[in-house]
Amino acid sequence: MKMIQKIFDSQRKHFEEKGKFRMLHPLFEATETFFFFPGILIKNSPFVRDNLDMKRFMSFVILALIPPSVFGIYNTGWQSCKATGMSLDFSTVFFQGALIVLPLVMVSYAVGFFWEILFASLRKHPISEGFLVTGLLFPLTLPPSVPLWQAAVGISFGVVIGKEVFGGTGRNIFNPALTGRAFLFFAYPTKMSGDSVWVAAGSFAKEAVDAVSSATPLAFSNLAVAGDNIESVLEKVGFTVTKLFLGGYPGSIGGTSALCCLVGAIILVLAGVASYRIIAGGILGVYITGLVLNLFAGPQANPWMALPPFYHLIMGGFAFGIAYMATDPVSAPGMDHVKWIYGFAIGTLTVLIRVFNPAYPEGVMMAILFMNLFSPLLDHIEIKFKLKNRILNV
Amino acid sequence: MAKSIVQEFTKGLWEELPPFRLVLGLCPVLGVTTSMENGLGMGVATTFVLACSNILVSLLRNIIPPKVRIACFIIIIASFVIVVEHLLQAYAYPLFLKLGVFIPLIVVNCIVLGRAEAFASKNGIASSTADGMGIGIGFTLSLGALGAFREILGKGSLTIWGDLGYNLTSVFPSFQPFEFMVQAPGAFIGLGLMLCAINAIGD
Repeated sequence: MKMIQKIFDSQRKHFEEKGKFRMLHPLFEATETFFFFPGILIKNSPFVRDNLDMKRFMSFVILALIPPSVFGIYNTGWQSCKATGMSLDFSTVFFQGALIVLPLVMVSYAVGFFWEILFASLRKHPISEGFLVTGLLFPLTLPPSVPLWQAAVGISFGVVIGKEVFGGTGRNIFNPALTGRAFLFFAYPTKMSGDSVWVAAGSFAKEAVDAVSSATPLAFSNLAVAGDNIESVLEKVGFTVTKLFLGGYPGSIGGTSALCCLVGAIILVLAGVASYRIIAGGILGVYITGLVLNLFAGPQANPWMALPPFYHLIMGGFAFGIAYMATDPVSAPGMDHVKWIYGFAIGTLTVLIRVFNPAYPEGVMMAILFMNLFSPLLDHIEIKFKLKNRILNV
Repeated sequence: MAKSIVQEFTKGLWEELPPFRLVLGLCPVLGVTTSMENGLGMGVATTFVLACSNILVSLLRNIIPPKVRIACFIIIIASFVIVVEHLLQAYAYPLFLKLGVFIPLIVVNCIVLGRAEAFASKNGIASSTADGMGIGIGFTLSLGALGAFREILGKGSLTIWGDLGYNLTSVFPSFQPFEFMVQAPGAFIGLGLMLCAINAIGD
């Protein structure tokens, strides 16, 4: 340890106010704090009232992201091998998945860090650890067949417009990873939704195609017409409840498995990083909205109305969104009671968008971004209430 | 206030560049800049109204009673807007269709009323004309620039007037435009980025 300390101490003068590499000071600082505890206090959120500091705090999020990432790699590989007629043994599948997913992750980190370092150098603030999380979250929300340059454009938009123009980590209104995804969704709709983007063929495919047509459970459900029963439609194409829960179906890379997201959510809550109030609120929101819609279901009505609410929890990206995106400590409200409202509204909006808007098969991205917008207002309302009570008590 | 006529003209081109320095008249800036052609056309129409109303307000500035001056300015501006609307219908009908409701809305563009109130009603005819022309040309250039920016990113083309223009996708076939930029959110993002650039360049 002493030796590493000496290396940093001897190099520090080059990166300080008058040194020759002062532009790169944030880079130096980021490397140093990988090894040593920084001797400074932060001035803006996320504040951590714990023996964790921000860098260690973000490490827990990375740890919690391991289950969906590993499963995502496996599932992407499996879907790809199956669609292109390759062998389905574990090593081939995993290798194929890694070939598709790892380049996306690397592009996301490389491009995102480029912008981080650029802004950190120009505005003289330290490189934020938050990007370690954003850079991994972003590719996990993408369809596996998305071209690498689009991933680069998306993460650039997320980091620059979603975060840096507001002043960097802690001041962003929206979750940067979701902002990047929303940008891609509206800029290149054909590459981000539809039936042909969810399975990537990869470079070893026998046929020379980029993507193979294969619909997600949500897309299959949209095919159901009035009078149909969505559960049986899904059953017919092989999407049983167990399969939906475990996540072995085409979808965005990290978002298919509700089980892995549940494991991640438990790690986050136990580590004190994510708020259990938001997650529980979101699940309640989905469940109650689903039950209320069930009351209006009938043979003439939209078949979505009759869907049992737990299907909404295990299909599509809801589990991933509520566990990792909605609990982002920067863009979620900071006060305890309104976190319930925030989570509940995300759940409700997700179901409403899925049920009533066939143009957007998945609603969780819109729901979270929309509620991010309201989180300062929710905080404000709770503070107002608390202050009012305090004056009455005096 | 002792500026020469040339200074009155040039201040509109940078110092008081309407949408970016004064941050006025944002409605057409956000609404019509889906292509460079639309931006320039809107800018030229506004310049005409701005210059003509500045001249007339400046001529009548000693006759108009101060208490009803705003109403009088609006009548003057509205007359010129009708003139420009008929001119567009007669000579540039496709552009008129594209700009649509934004042409009558020049009446309520705060730049036009703002220059009448803040400048033309207090200054002589020569400097008022220079001011109107300068601000108008600055407005046209800003709209054209924002329109070009959005059109290049959003459609991959650049139309200057009618059929005159470039199709960038034929030059760079691998460039894929994102339609997002010609829709409403693209206007706000484009305006924000241009404001950022203008502020970064500074005086």
